[in-house]
Amino acid sequence: MAHQWGMVIDLDKCTGCEACVVACHAENNIATVGEDQAGRGRAKHWIRVERYYEGEFPDVKTKFMPVLCQQCDAAPCEPVCPTFASYHTSEGLNGQVYNRCIGTRYCANACPYNVRFFNFYNPVWEKPLHLQLNPDVSVREVGVMEKCTFCVQRIKAGEIQAAAEKRDVKDGEIQPACVQSCPTTAMVFGDLSDPHSQVSRLARSNRATKLLGELGTLPKVTYLQKDSWHGAEDA
Amino acid sequence: MAQKTPEQISDDLLRPLSGVSARYLAAMACLLAIVIAAAFAFGWQVYNGLGVSGLRSPVYWGFYITNFVFWIGLSHAGTLISAILRLANATWRRPVTRCAEVITVFALLIGATFPIVHLGRPWLAFWLAPYPSERGIWPNFRSPLLWDFFAINTYLIGSVTFLLLPMIPDFALIRDRSSGWKQKIYGAVALGWCGTPRQWHRLEKAMQIMAVAIIPVAVSVHSIVSWDFAMAIVPMWHSTIFAPYFVAGAIFSGIAALILAMALLRKFLHLEEYLLPIHFENLGKLLLVMSLLWVYFVFAERLTTWYGNETSEMAVFWLTQTGSYSPLFWTMVTCNFLIPFPILAIKKLRTITGTAIASFTIVIGMWLERFLIIVPSLSHKYLPYSWGTYRPTWVEITITAGTFAAMGLLYMLFSKAAPIISIWELKWGRHEEPVHDPVLARRDEEAMA
Repeated sequence: MAHQWGMVIDLDKCTGCEACVVACHAENNIATVGEDQAGRGRAKHWIRVERYYEGEFPDVKTKFMPVLCQQCDAAPCEPVCPTFASYHTSEGLNGQVYNRCIGTRYCANACPYNVRFFNFYNPVWEKPLHLQLNPDVSVREVGVMEKCTFCVQRIKAGEIQAAAEKRDVKDGEIQPACVQSCPTTAMVFGDLSDPHSQVSRLARSNRATKLLGELGTLPKVTYLQKDSWHGAEDA
Repeated sequence: MAQKTPEQISDDLLRPLSGVSARYLAAMACLLAIVIAAAFAFGWQVYNGLGVSGLRSPVYWGFYITNFVFWIGLSHAGTLISAILRLANATWRRPVTRCAEVITVFALLIGATFPIVHLGRPWLAFWLAPYPSERGIWPNFRSPLLWDFFAINTYLIGSVTFLLLPMIPDFALIRDRSSGWKQKIYGAVALGWCGTPRQWHRLEKAMQIMAVAIIPVAVSVHSIVSWDFAMAIVPMWHSTIFAPYFVAGAIFSGIAALILAMALLRKFLHLEEYLLPIHFENLGKLLLVMSLLWVYFVFAERLTTWYGNETSEMAVFWLTQTGSYSPLFWTMVTCNFLIPFPILAIKKLRTITGTAIASFTIVIGMWLERFLIIVPSLSHKYLPYSWGTYRPTWVEITITAGTFAAMGLLYMLFSKAAPIISIWELKWGRHEEPVHDPVLARRDEEAMA
C-alpha cells in the first residue's frame, strides 16, 4: 500500500522559535523577498508561525501555531487548476508541478489556509546565499505558484534508499526540514497508513484537532492542544 | 415625424461612413493614446513580473478579474437583449439591435483578454486549449477556468455570427452604392447577396435559429463566470445565488451600456430621427426592472448571510457593510439603485438625458459590484493572521482605463465601417410607428413566413 504522509504538530510544545521557518527556507530554496516586498504582502514562507493573543494586558497569553500546506485529501486547490499544475499524488501529497503552472493563482484563492505563494518577481539570492542552494529542489521562476511539498525530495530519497536496501521505510527515518529542526520536537512526521507509526498514534490523541476541519478538506496535518483554543475561529 | 422614404433612410444612415471630421480624428487620437499606454503597462508587467501590480497574498485577483467579469457582463447587452426583442417581435427594436450587438462583440473581445492579462506566465495561455501536445496532458476539465475558456469562445463565435448575419444586406447596399476598392471589400463581405426571395428567406431562418440558440449560450457564459467564484470555498463566494445574480447583473449593466452608447451615437452621428425618445423610454423601463431585480438579489444575498451568522462570512460581510470597503459598497448601492431608481421610475424624468445619466451611474456601480464581490472575500479569508488589503498600482489603473478607451475606439471605427443602425430592418418596418401594435406584428410575422 502506498504511503500516506502526514504530520502532527503539538501546539502545547511549540515555543514559536521559527526554527522551522528558517530550515524550510534553506532546504527548499525559498528566496527572501526583501523588506519592501514583504511589506506589500509578497513574503514567501512555506511554513509560518501564526501568533494569536488571548486576554487583556497584563494577563495575556500568546499562542503560536505553525501553519503549512495541510496536504488535504479533498484539496480545494487541486480541481480548480486548469493545467494540472496542482494535482494529487499517489502518496496523498498535493503536488505542484512548476513547469505546468501558468499562474492563474486560482489555487491560492481556493486554499482556505493561504499557504500557497506566488512568485511576483524572479527570485534573487544575495551573495553568498546563492552558493547554498539545495541541488535537490528546483528554483521557481517568476509567474508560478509554489508551496510546501512536505520536503518531497527527502521523502523520495528515503524511499529510494529503503528500496535499495530491500526494506520498508522505517518510522521516523524521513523527516522534513521543519520537523528535523524543531528543538522541542513539537512536530512529528510519518506514514498515516501505518497505524503503529508515531504520527498515527499521536493523530488519534484526544488532544487532536484539524485546522478548519469543518470545511471538509481532510487535512493530513493534525494539531494537538490541551485546552479548547479559539484562536482560529474567533480571533 | 414625417415618413422617410427608403432612399432617405439609406442616405441618412450611410452618411457617417463617408469622410471623417477633425473632431472624430481628435477623439480617435486621444483614445488611441490611452490604449497604447495600457499596452505599454502590460508590456511592463510581462517584462518585470506581476509584482508591478498591486496583487499580493491573499488577494491574488484584483482589477484584472474585475475587468474580466465587468466586460463579459457588459457583453450581455447586445446579443441577449436583441435576441429576446427579436423573438418577442418587439417592433421598436429595429434601430436598437445592431448598436447592442456591436457592444457584445467588442466587450467580449476586451473581457476575454483579461484571463490572459492577469496570468503569471501569459505566454503559456494556449495551454488551456485541448490539443495533443508534447506535454502529454489535456487541460483539466474540472477547472471552472477551462469552462470559461469554452463558454467565452462559444459566445464569441455565436455573437459575431449574430452580428454579421443581418449585416449582409447592408453590406450589399454599400457595395451597390460604392466603387473601386470599397466596392471590392464590401462585395466580398456581402457574400454575393442580391436580395432574392430565397436569400431573404434563408436570412430570416438563420436569424430565428441564432436568436434562439444565443440565449442559452449567453446565460451559460455568465453563469460560468460566476462559478469561477462560487465553486471555491471562499467566504461569501460559495453561494448558490451567484449564477442568476451574475446573469441579472450582466443584463443590467448591458442595458445601461446600450442606452449610453445610443445616447452618444444619437448626438454625434445625428440620428435624432432614428433613435427616438420611445426607444430610451422602453429601454429605461427594462433598466428599471433590472435595477429592482439587482437590489432584490443583493438583499437576498446579504440577508441570508447575516441571518446565518457564520463567523468567516460575517468577517467579509461587515468589511463591506461598515468596514474599510463600505464607502465603495454604499457608492455601489447609490449608483445602481438610489440614483437610477427615481430617474427611471418617474415618467417625467425617463427622458433621453435622464436614462443616459442613470445608465452612466449604473455602469460605474456595476464595475464596483464586480470589484466588491472579488476583493473583500479574498482579503478576509478564514485565518485572520493572513488577512490583507489590496491597492491597485498605476499598471492596473492604466490597463483598466485602456479597456474603456478600447471600447470607444472600436465602436468609433465600427461606426465608420458599417451603418450602426440596420438599414434593411428599418425599411422593413418603415410603415410602422415605433410602438407595439399587434396587427402590425402579425403582418410582420406573415411577411417573414
